[in-house]
Amino acid sequence: MKEELFISGREIPNIDPYLHIWHWQIPIYLFLGGLAAGILFFAGLYTILGKEKEMQATVKWAPFIVPFALVLGLFMLFLDLKHKLYFWQLYTTIRLESPMGWGAWVLMIITPISLVWCASYIREVFPKWDWKFEFLRKFELWVIDNRKIVAWPMVIYAVILGIYTGILLSAFNARPLWNTAILGPLFLVSGMSTGVATIMWISKSHEERKILGRIDLLLIAIELFFITHMIMGALAGSQVMIQAAQLFLGGEFTVSFWAFVIVLGLIFPAILEILELYGYKIPIAITSFLILLGGLIFRFIMVEAGQLTRYLY
Amino acid sequence: MRYAMAIDTRKCVGCSDCVVACQTENNVPIGYCRDWVTETVDGSYPNVEIELRSERCNHCDNSPCVRCCPTGASHIVEGGVVLVTPHKCIGCGACIESCPYDARYSHPEGYVDKCTFCNHRITKGEKPACVAVCPTKCMYFGDLDDPNSEISNALKNRKHKVLAPEAGTNPHIFYLV
Repeated sequence: MKEELFISGREIPNIDPYLHIWHWQIPIYLFLGGLAAGILFFAGLYTILGKEKEMQATVKWAPFIVPFALVLGLFMLFLDLKHKLYFWQLYTTIRLESPMGWGAWVLMIITPISLVWCASYIREVFPKWDWKFEFLRKFELWVIDNRKIVAWPMVIYAVILGIYTGILLSAFNARPLWNTAILGPLFLVSGMSTGVATIMWISKSHEERKILGRIDLLLIAIELFFITHMIMGALAGSQVMIQAAQLFLGGEFTVSFWAFVIVLGLIFPAILEILELYGYKIPIAITSFLILLGGLIFRFIMVEAGQLTRYLY
Repeated sequence: MRYAMAIDTRKCVGCSDCVVACQTENNVPIGYCRDWVTETVDGSYPNVEIELRSERCNHCDNSPCVRCCPTGASHIVEGGVVLVTPHKCIGCGACIESCPYDARYSHPEGYVDKCTFCNHRITKGEKPACVAVCPTKCMYFGDLDDPNSEISNALKNRKHKVLAPEAGTNPHIFYLV
């Protein structure tokens, strides 16, 4: 086996620095997508379970964040495009092989669903709201009567959206850190956790927060389990995969990953949630903020670190 | 028809003529290039070996860039040549991330650009610009399906390798070693 000691020649001033093509827009896009997926999933789930009364914030208030998050997320994706005026071609082609392609379509489907969902609750938030047209009034009444019919596709598409935020990265085998099937479920669970954290922050009901706190504890446990799997899987992989895992085990992202994502973003909020369950009073804003920040930093680190892992050069 | 290129690393002197020829032929903007020359040094003194490689898009059979393109701008034409249609490209960067050879770059006008195997020349039966100008004649181009083509003969008679075979892309650029 020959060992290449030195490589030169890939010093193209206008290309090499820009192969790092994804910047801050993509992590924010993934974060907002995951957050929206989390909120919609639980809003739909508790509607299907018939617990709208107990879970007011989950079903009613939190979903109002979603359309804004999704539109802002799509705007981030738009900002990331280098050939912006041609963006509409995302929606004139259907290419199921391309995660970027079907992800854009999933967003195009779930955004209207979330709007319909919010519209059906808007008169509870703004009692004076008036749909200027009769057909809108009728449609609203239909949705209110048939929320479960809307909830089912919403839950399903929320799961697809959550998984998509991970698959978008894991589909690239050229970036070994991303190239693992665990990334889809991991981003889904992480997104759900940020969604639950947001709902907890909004919720005024102690009972609701307690239920959500338990769910979030479970999600954090699964997330830690998936992250362990991701690193173990990479360490058991090929040379480039091992090098990718080293970024978190002594490499460039060691401190930021373990300190900000694992400890501050997962373990510390989990401890706060456990204390809360035992009756200690802990401001929910701290727990929720840490989970949200941890989720955001996690996506930044994954996108940045993944682009450092390569086959050549 | 399956176009491919073989580059003799023992004949290449690293003059970068292929790079300049490509830039001129394809009007590549200044500061950018679709092909480049790398130098690797193996071993330690006194058992040192230098390898020079002229690299470019590998026009892979199993091309991840074509698979991940959301608009179909990246596509494969006759002969297995991977091309980008500028007016279909939205510049999302997915193909740049997906290429194990880092052969793609963002053109200053926004779309993604890369080696085309000089498709405008090869469809007329000419050779790609880089092959045509090589002063040491270390590059061979042709059809892999034709057993008597220049490239088939080169691959038959010499030991060869591809870059990053573990990426599973089935590349069409071979290096004679």
